[in-house]
Amino acid sequence: MKLAGWGRYPVLEARKLAPRSVEALRQLVVSEPSLIARGNGRAYGDSAINSSATIQMRHLNRMIAFDPASGQLVAEAGVLLGDIIAAFLPRGWFPMVTPGTKFVTLGGAIAADVHGKNHHLDGSFRCCVDWIDVMGPDGETRRCSLEDDAPLFDHTLGGMGLTGIILRAGIRLSKVETAWIRQTTIATPNLKAAMNAFEAAQDATYSVAWIDCLGTGGNLGRSLVMLGEHAIRADLSPRQAQAPFAIKPKRKLSVPIDFPAFALNSFTVRAFNALYYWAGARKTDTQLVDWDSYFYPLDAILGWNRIYGRKGFAQFQCALPLEQSEPGLTALLSEIANTGSGSFLAVLKRFGKQDSAFSFPMEGYTLALDFPVTPKTLALLDRLDQITIAHGGRFYLAKDSRMTSATLRASDTRAAEFQAHRDGQGFTSRFRSAQSERLAL
Amino acid sequence: MTKLPVLILGARSDIGKALAHNFAALGHPVQLAARKASSLEADKTDMELRHRVSVSLHEFDALATNSHEAFVAELPELPQIAVCAVGLMGEQAENERDVAAAARVMRSNYEGPASILALLANRFEERGSGTIVGISSVAGDRGRATNYVYGSAKAGFTAFLSGLRNRLAKRGVHVVTVVPGFVATQMTKGMDLPAKLTAEPNEVADAIARAVERKKDAIYVRPIWRLIMLIIRNIPERIFKGMSI
Ligand SMILES: Cc1cc2nc3c(=O)[nH]c(=O)nc-3n(C[C@H](O)[C@H](O)[C@H](O)COP(=O)(O)OP(=O)(O)OC[C@H]3O[C@@H](n4cnc5c(N)ncnc54)[C@H](O)[C@@H]3O)c2cc1C
Ligand SMILES: NC(=O)c1ccc[n+]([C@@H]2O[C@H](COP(=O)([O-])OP(=O)(O)OC[C@H]3O[C@@H](n4cnc5c(N)ncnc54)[C@H](OP(=O)(O)O)[C@@H]3O)[C@@H](O)[C@H]2O)c1
Repeated sequence: MKLAGWGRYPVLEARKLAPRSVEALRQLVVSEPSLIARGNGRAYGDSAINSSATIQMRHLNRMIAFDPASGQLVAEAGVLLGDIIAAFLPRGWFPMVTPGTKFVTLGGAIAADVHGKNHHLDGSFRCCVDWIDVMGPDGETRRCSLEDDAPLFDHTLGGMGLTGIILRAGIRLSKVETAWIRQTTIATPNLKAAMNAFEAAQDATYSVAWIDCLGTGGNLGRSLVMLGEHAIRADLSPRQAQAPFAIKPKRKLSVPIDFPAFALNSFTVRAFNALYYWAGARKTDTQLVDWDSYFYPLDAILGWNRIYGRKGFAQFQCALPLEQSEPGLTALLSEIANTGSGSFLAVLKRFGKQDSAFSFPMEGYTLALDFPVTPKTLALLDRLDQITIAHGGRFYLAKDSRMTSATLRASDTRAAEFQAHRDGQGFTSRFRSAQSERLAL
Repeated sequence: MTKLPVLILGARSDIGKALAHNFAALGHPVQLAARKASSLEADKTDMELRHRVSVSLHEFDALATNSHEAFVAELPELPQIAVCAVGLMGEQAENERDVAAAARVMRSNYEGPASILALLANRFEERGSGTIVGISSVAGDRGRATNYVYGSAKAGFTAFLSGLRNRLAKRGVHVVTVVPGFVATQMTKGMDLPAKLTAEPNEVADAIARAVERKKDAIYVRPIWRLIMLIIRNIPERIFKGMSI
């Protein structure tokens, strides 16, 4: 069958298998010449596709235990983050780290070592993972953690499924008092001001910015910086405080057909401008936002990836070291504005410290934006790669669908060590994705 | 208000499991009945953790009809809602040649389910309340060469459910007939089903939970099936017999 990632580019012919038990999975691991695990297919490119055996983990999706004293949840890898929230937010618990969609599996969150809006304070998903059970090429399951089998732990977080199949994990949830976020929006006229706002907000629990990519000259990097804190009960209205975890169920919209990208872009740009002037007029504005709208605004539109039309889209996401962030971001945004094609909105975020074998984040800034796949934007993406490399940056494999292995190696010196580790453990021939083959990992 | 239990017969089925989650999320305790019920331990833990309801496991074989009285008597509590997701498709080619295989399909889709639901219906009638849900199939709407053994048993089951509904309508007991259309489950694994006509198990479960709440009599999960089957049922036999569909 045809398989693709969230960006619907590339689309590859692949054999998909969906084992229903650990034993059935083990049989596949020991008998298939090569294979890769697939979670919920929210990575943009080809990281969860192996043409001869793509192992869909959806049936291994049970929660196993929860300890209210420590907040530790033990669950199988196919459990969705959204299921964890549905089960545990009403009890006052929320994931410590969450990406911008709740439709990711626990296995996918570990394999990409995802980051959230609190990376500058709490780090990546890794910080909430106590241990991971990983099935190796021999079909044996090894439990790894910082204490036991640390190399496996270290390479599995951010290892994009290339160190084995994640079966289950113990992760810690955070205690929250309500299902609401106190959001403060700051309108900043240019990149420098946006970065200053991030630096001034290092104590904020959550921070992220939208950048208007159409801004040029003095407006380059015109942004809305959005800070967030978990609301406490005292922040809620008396009515909300009666049921602090209840939010109105939202109507799900879905995108039934493929439609042209300009529709999305003109919509988001209008939304941006409206918010920008509104927030700007108030200088700083604080409001209560429910968890679903705050963390997962795009999840309300099911299948929004179809907005980009049949050819699909590619996401560019890089991380730049702190000292190179300002020149690097300026160069990237100028290049995008000059080309005048593609994404009109970008997401900017300050990363905190990160120490791991192959995870994406590094202390500095990350920039992410979508482009419909056209020859023109693919050429632009190549130029953005070069600018990133020139500023000491690297790329997020969970978003990548097109970079070359030379680009990877020029941007990330850790790739050689990761590859050597895979070779040494006998992973290389067994755990392979279309992405790992493209990147010669 | 504490809710009464929901019994799922054939609880290892994908549709049955999805339904168990659905009712558990609404706050119902759940009774999971299946062959090798102990294999559902992990699902029990999962449901209890997610939904904070109690889940019990019960050994049940639809073909062992003479054990059904005892099965009902031994349930810890008479359920408010009983769902039968038991079914067996078998291989049509084998069903044509092998009388025993055909009988197993007939008994698994009709005799067994009808037997257990009859007993539960009587208990519900005594109590004066309850809902019975039977999962039948479009295959029962008209016999076709490709699966008429399975289809004929489902046809019997559909007729049984409609009669039961008629009998109990004035006794406070409601009966729902569910015709799912194609569903992506273990039963249809490896079959090449048209995506637009194929539902996911949780879509079927949502539709069933809604039908129970709204006291619907018979539902097609994807409405398009009502139209498809209307057409298929109305093709004159003279033409139908020469078709391969
Ligand atoms: C709208 C949207 C917003 C996003 N926002 C963010 C964000 O803010 N921050 C961020 O970090 N990411 C973000 N992402 C990316 C997403 O979080 C990651 O791609 C994540 O890995 C997807 O999880 P998945 O379960 O869908 O995995 P898939 O996409 O199916 O797989 C991703 C990778 O994980 C591996 N994998 C999956 N399951 C297993 C397993 N059981 N064992 C071993 N390997 C496995 C696969 O082999 C593959 O390499 C976003 C994606 C979308 C669509
Ligand atoms: N999938 C479809 O396209 C489709 C379409 C229309 C109708 N249906 C009906 O939907 C219902 C659920 O099926 P499904 O699709 O979820 O497939 P499934 O997973 O194969 O479920 C069928 C279940 O019936 C159980 N069963 C069979 N014989 C039994 C017996 N003698 N005693 C107890 N349990 C028995 C099986 O249990 P074991 O695990 O012990 O074998 C299995 O769990 C069935 O009635 C089926 O006919 C399915």
